Order: sequence, then structure tokens, then C-alpha cells
Amino acid sequence: MSAQESVAVSSETAQQTPIAQKKRSAEERYYYASQRELIWWRFTRHKAAVFGAVVLIVLYLCALFADFLSPYSMDTRFEGYQAAPPTPIHWIRPDGGFQPYIYGLQRKLDQKTFKWIYTEDTSKLYPLRFFVRGEEYKFLGLFKTNIHLFGVEGAPIFVFGTDRLSRDLFSRIWAGARISLSIGLVGVFISFTLGVILGGISGYFGGVVDDAIQRVIDFLLAIPGLPLWMTLSAALPRDWPTLKMYFAITIILSVLGWTGLARVVRGKILQLREEDYTLAAIGAGASDWRIITRHLLPGFTSHLIVSITFSIPAMILNETALSFIGLGIQPPAVSWGTLLQDAQNLTAVAQQPWLLIPALFVIATVILFNFVGDGLRDAADPYQR
Amino acid sequence: MAASANNPLLIEVKDLQTYFFLHEGTVRAVDGVSFNIYEGRSLGVIGESGCGKSVTAQSMMRIVPSPPGREVGGSILMYLRDGNGAAEVVDVLKLPAGGPKMRSIRGQQIGMIFQEPMTSLSPLHTIGDQISENILIHEKGVTKKEARERTIEMLGRVGIPRPQRLVDAYPHQLSGGMRQRAMIAMALICGPRLLIGDEPTTALDVTIEAQILDLIKKLQADLGMALMYISHDLAVVGEMSDEIMVMYLGQVMEHSTTDEIFDNPLHPYTVALWRSIPTIEGKLERLVPISGSLPSPFAVLPGCRFFSRCDRRIPGVCDAAPPPLKEVVPGHLVRCFLYQ
Repeated sequence: MSAQESVAVSSETAQQTPIAQKKRSAEERYYYASQRELIWWRFTRHKAAVFGAVVLIVLYLCALFADFLSPYSMDTRFEGYQAAPPTPIHWIRPDGGFQPYIYGLQRKLDQKTFKWIYTEDTSKLYPLRFFVRGEEYKFLGLFKTNIHLFGVEGAPIFVFGTDRLSRDLFSRIWAGARISLSIGLVGVFISFTLGVILGGISGYFGGVVDDAIQRVIDFLLAIPGLPLWMTLSAALPRDWPTLKMYFAITIILSVLGWTGLARVVRGKILQLREEDYTLAAIGAGASDWRIITRHLLPGFTSHLIVSITFSIPAMILNETALSFIGLGIQPPAVSWGTLLQDAQNLTAVAQQPWLLIPALFVIATVILFNFVGDGLRDAADPYQR
Repeated sequence: MAASANNPLLIEVKDLQTYFFLHEGTVRAVDGVSFNIYEGRSLGVIGESGCGKSVTAQSMMRIVPSPPGREVGGSILMYLRDGNGAAEVVDVLKLPAGGPKMRSIRGQQIGMIFQEPMTSLSPLHTIGDQISENILIHEKGVTKKEARERTIEMLGRVGIPRPQRLVDAYPHQLSGGMRQRAMIAMALICGPRLLIGDEPTTALDVTIEAQILDLIKKLQADLGMALMYISHDLAVVGEMSDEIMVMYLGQVMEHSTTDEIFDNPLHPYTVALWRSIPTIEGKLERLVPISGSLPSPFAVLPGCRFFSRCDRRIPGVCDAAPPPLKEVVPGHLVRCFLYQ
């Protein structure tokens, strides 16, 4: 009864003394907090998770505004700048003023190794400018514009260097981020849907249906993942358009991804369907679908959210692996995996180490997701405590 | 039962058999139970744990856990009357348990109050949401706002204070008695013709129990519904019912009006039950328990099921063949060889 009375007391005081309510002590706030507020407080206490969440949001925003953020398009070639290293950016002008600028690049062929050697030509100074006009692109697919966040007039700037076909790696990484970062979300969405529906049916109805679904899961789990993906993606026609290919790869990645989630959902449903309130809902005439979606699934939403957060990085890694061996996203489309294809041989890595930068992005994303998942689990999942 | 004949028939249970098929054998939880429920009348069902009281009620709602349970025989005829009094007769056992017709009977025609108010409400939704969900399921074209209005009215009716505010309370914010009131509101919100109370006060303390019983009786009279009240508490059943059915091991042992069965118990089991409760009058005596314990639920007994514990058994007769249920006095059915 105490909770019920406190509900009443709190709203009565609200009517009588609105000022007193504002001066609630911290302890009082804790008792009146909703579940959502409690989760939020526990999450914000987890510093690594907050850091991860913020950086991930920034990463996703960068991917969304990739055209604006990168100075060039992902296909623009710069003749004479093959495999150029990252352009050094200088900050203090020779005359002492503060301004970011770059020097022009000179290249020379090393007669012994036949390697291009790039040196800075300190006689030519190009200031770095912001909100410059450059190549035209369609902003978020809505309207045409040619404003980029930064750029240099008169000389090209390669923040992360260029690849063998003299394309700007920085621009290509952000273009690739679109596919690499979104494939995790889309793939997890598909496997989540499959997992929840099939796991829910399996757990709720039991019997023959349960057996059938569980044997399918056993079978799928027994297949080694990489060979299956390789077979499936090798079977895809090479001439499919990029978008179609993208979804095909996502579905291939989700084929195995749903099984784990389905098991979790089944276990929880098996447990919750024995609760008295499930019987009460049946007794009230609710349909099976309604009982599953309204009374059973919400019972472990927090648990689901956490397991989703942990399966997104796995999906990103799988896409990278598949694209790295050339069976995932196909050029001209770009993902972090396809960018890493350039770094497949040792000489390339030895001479152009900047080609490994996409790998840093993959690693960072995966770690950040794990931070967030960790924080969410501590904050939201009552089963882990 | 003669008194009930004035009221039209609502439910006719004939020879109901509900068995549970387990690895260890078959449990005949309900074995040939027949009774009638009349509009506006109340039937009390008493018996020990495991005698088939709850399974009978669950069979009427078709919510027997299946597998392993199944209604293997008999019929449950329901008279669905529309506004003009014309009745459509439905055999509940012939309907698919999860089908739309059965779902419309549950909740709309039959409301059920469950035993455990602590766990029978979903912890995730407010009680208002859970109660108005019944309206939204059963009555098409009712807006959420109307459903909420009716929910608040019903909450007030079952004696929940400040219903406008508590409609948005979660179950954990309410006490046991309040939750059971919410459960009653949930069972009644669609105006069922029959309310089944499956030991609705067992989990409550005595003072709250008295309040809840008064409430159920009052609502039954107000709404003119029939009541099937299941309990192992003789006093409570006597208080609540017009007629009483005594069950033992899945069979009806004795069935009569409440007055008759209290004044003139015939079956040795009923007599033994009466002897095992304390009385306020008379001098303090040692209570007489029923000797022995329930036979194994898997046992198939050739004779009377109460034979092993009966103090008036007739060896050679009672354990040879099952006694029939016989109307000994008009309106008084007994299953015993002593009255053949």
C-alpha cells in the first residue's frame, strides 16, 4: 500500500505546494523516478558507454553527411597522385600567423624501386578553407549543392592519402561508412525480426512447431558460417545493381544471425507463458498474437535491446570479412571491407600503410558498440544483475 | 434444484471428462461431471485439493493446459441469449479452443477471477490498460476513451478508491485486496452472464476476504449474472451459493441446495467434511479429520472412489462397482450405495 499512497501523496502535494515539489531531495527523486529515468541514470554513470554512444552518434552522422564532410567524391581520380601519402596539414604560417594550410606536392620516381616519392614543395602554399565550393552532389538526396566542409583551392588535399587508382581515401572511407555502418543496423533488424517471430512461435506453441524450429536452428548453427556465406554470395549474379546486392548480402548475413536471438526469445517465452497473467489474458479472450506481442515480449524488451546492441558489431565484422575476401559488397560500391582489399598484399601495406586506416575505423566501431552494449546491459537488463 | 427451475438455463454440463495424459499415466481429473447453471443463480463447488474443481472451470473456459490435458468426453452446452431472449446453443467442447468464437465466449460470456491476484496481472501494463483491453478485444467500435471511461466506472464499482487516479497505477502499486478488486473489474467489464471465481479469496487475509465476498455477492445481484464459486472453504461456499456441489476425485459426490446440504448431509464424505470444521456453538471438542489421504491420482478404482477413507463403507459392495449419482430426495443427488 505504501507505493499506492505515495502516488496519491505526490500528486496531492503537487496541487497544494508546487514549490515544495521542486526542492525534492536526491533520494526522493530516486523513489519517484520512472523505469526509463532509472535506466538513463545508470547508463550515464557508465562513462565508457556514454563515450561510446556519443562517438557512435558522431560516426553515424558523418556517414549520413559523408558528401558534405568529404572534400571529393569517392570516384574522383587525381592524375599524378597515385598512392600518395596523407597530406601533412600545417598550422602556423611561415610569417607567424595562425592558419591551417598545406604545401604543394612534388613527386619523383625512385629509379631503384620504381616507387613514387612525394615531397612537399614549400614554395607553394595553399590555405585550407572551410565551406568551399567543390564537386556537385545531392545533399541527402534532396537538393543539389556543391558546398563541402573543407577543401583547398589550387591543389588536392588527401587527409588519409590516396589509393593505387589515385582516389582520396578520406572521401572513400566516409562513403564506405554508409554501407558498413548501415549494414549492421539493417542486418540486425532482419535477424531480430526473424528471431523474435520464430523464437516466439517456438516458445509459445511448443510441441511439434517448437521441435521443428529448434531442429532448423540446430542445423543452421552446425553449418560453418564463412563457407556458407561464401557459397551464397558466390551464387549472386555479379551484374546486380548496388542496392540489390547490398540487400542480398544483408540477408545472407542475417541467415545465421537470427538463431541465437531465437533461442533467447524462446527461453524467455517458455518462462513467461507459465505466468498467471498469461492464463488470465487467455481467460479474458485475448488471441495468441495479442498475448505474445502485448504480454510476453514486453517482459524482456530490455534484454532484447542489449542483445541487439551486441549483435550489430558482429554483423559489421562479418560484412567487412566478406567484402575483404571479395565476396561481399562489389566495386564500384564501397565499404570498409572493400577498401581493405587494397591492403591485402604485404608490399602494399609496407609501402602504403595508410591503406590500413579503414581497419582502424572497423576496430573503433566494434569497440564502441561493445562499450555501449556493456553500459546498456548494466543499466537496463535486470536478468544480468 | 427445484428452486432453480424458475430461471432459464445458462450452461448445461453433461458427463464432462477431462483427462491429463502424463508419462506416469492418465489422470482422470474430471470424470463424468454433470451439472446445470441457471441465469442469476450461484453454484458453489467444494472439495479437497486435486478433486477437479478448477479443472471443471477451466474446461468450461477451454483453458485446460494442453498438452497434457484434454477434454475427452461429454458436452458443455452454452445458451447464448440475445436481447430478445432467443437462445443459441453452443457446445463449448466442439469449438476450437483458440478460435474466435471461443475467444468471444471467454471474457464476454464468462468472466473468471483467478486465485492469485499477485501474479494474475501483467506487471508491465497499468491496471486500467489491462481492464480496458477486454473491452477493446470484445467490443468493436469502442474508442479507447470510452473504454477508459467505462474502466474507471467499473473500478469505482468494485470499490477501488480514487479510480480516476488508480486507473493509471501499476499492479505493484496496489495491495492484494486492491489487485483482486481490479481482477474482479477485469472479469466483469464486458458484462458476462457467468462469473467463475476460482478460489478468489484464498490469497487474501480474512478481513479483506469478507469484503471481497460481499462485493462479489452485491455485484452478482446488481448485474444479474450467474456465479460459479469454487473453494475448499465450506463456510465461504455456504455463504456464496444457492446450491452446492461436493466433488471428490473428479466426481460429484453430492449436489443439492445450500440449505439442504447443510441441514441434511447424506454422503459420508460430506458428513466427514462437516465434522472437520470447528463450530462456534457447542463445547470445544477435538476436530475429526478424514482418515487416510487421497488415493494416487493415477489409480483406476473399480468401486466408489471414497472407499478407502469412508467410515461407513460396505466391503464387497462399495469396492466392486461404482455407485451411481441418484436423486434420493427431490433436488438432492448423492453418489453412495447407502442410499440406493
